[in-house]
Amino acid sequence: MLKSIFIIFLFQLIGESIQKYFELTIPGPVIGLILLLISLILTKSTKNIFITKTKEEITTTSNFIIGYLSLLFVPIGVGVVMHLSYLENNYIEVLGVIFFSTVLTIGFTALLMEIINNQFKKHARKK
Amino acid sequence: MLEKNKLYTIWVYLQAEPLFWLTLTIGAFLVGDYLYKKSKLNPLVNPVAISILLVASILIATGISYERYFNGAKFIHFMLGPATVALAIPIYKQIHLIKKETTSIFISLIAGSLFAIFSTYFFAKLMKLDIEIIYSMMPRSVTAPIAMGISELIGGVPSLTAIITILTGIVGASFGTFALDILRVKDMTARGFAFGLASHGIGTARAMSRNETAGIFAALALGLSGVATSIIIPLLFKLINF
Repeated sequence: MLKSIFIIFLFQLIGESIQKYFELTIPGPVIGLILLLISLILTKSTKNIFITKTKEEITTTSNFIIGYLSLLFVPIGVGVVMHLSYLENNYIEVLGVIFFSTVLTIGFTALLMEIINNQFKKHARKK
Repeated sequence: MLEKNKLYTIWVYLQAEPLFWLTLTIGAFLVGDYLYKKSKLNPLVNPVAISILLVASILIATGISYERYFNGAKFIHFMLGPATVALAIPIYKQIHLIKKETTSIFISLIAGSLFAIFSTYFFAKLMKLDIEIIYSMMPRSVTAPIAMGISELIGGVPSLTAIITILTGIVGASFGTFALDILRVKDMTARGFAFGLASHGIGTARAMSRNETAGIFAALALGLSGVATSIIIPLLFKLINF
């Protein structure tokens, strides 16, 4: 458990350092994610017991953290409710834009992706 | 009288310490999660929204400032970073599926991100919102830290962007399912990808709770759209005069 937490923290730390050093707009944790993913791919076929054991441990810890992903948004979400006055007299307009644009974006993106995937499947079957 | 005084002393001590706020946050979330599961994962019974409202009403009722609360609850907030890194694991596990759908992922990513940006601009113009608010809204579909960075870059107000971004996540997680059911999208990779692209982490959490494949594609879209949008918006501002 401790080893996997150390590794996850370490990758975030490296990610944050890279972000600060190169002044990137991509957040440090996302860079950490990419680096961890690359490391996992590079060690894919390793038979080293230490590495495979560590990977198993990281999987268990990651599943635990991701299982409670929703909880992690509560503290910042409370801030949103407490600072709603920032929206001044634009509540309805702002909520309206968020509602329509978000729902339409979800519908558009999913439909587009499904259509492309189906095209590929048809193509593959023809071959 | 003495008893009441003692209780007050305990309260004064507790509300200054993280333990109380951590317990409250986890407790509120367990209530939200219980109701969510009890409703058979009804998207309108969003566990994040319920726990946020519970904690906020307690803060308002007791007159505790958000800053004091956050000072205690920040340990939970802190885990957002490690949780993002941890998303590498489910993505890695499904890498064969991602390789198979590389083309559709790439096209949906670009088209979806552009759709999110332009539809926001279009509806905000329609509502005659101030240009400062419009700029603050444009990056709202990506994860809060990226959205705030972009907002600052293009002349928006980062704190306003944070509020709008979180609201976007809750709206997407609560209403996205209905849109996909009406459109009869069955492909779990497409459903998940759309959730992550349009409503970042909160949408991803919702997708994860419903279906593993959808959750993984949501996580993938969350990371990819963050990168894509932080390139697209500054580029658009150079090309077009908004």
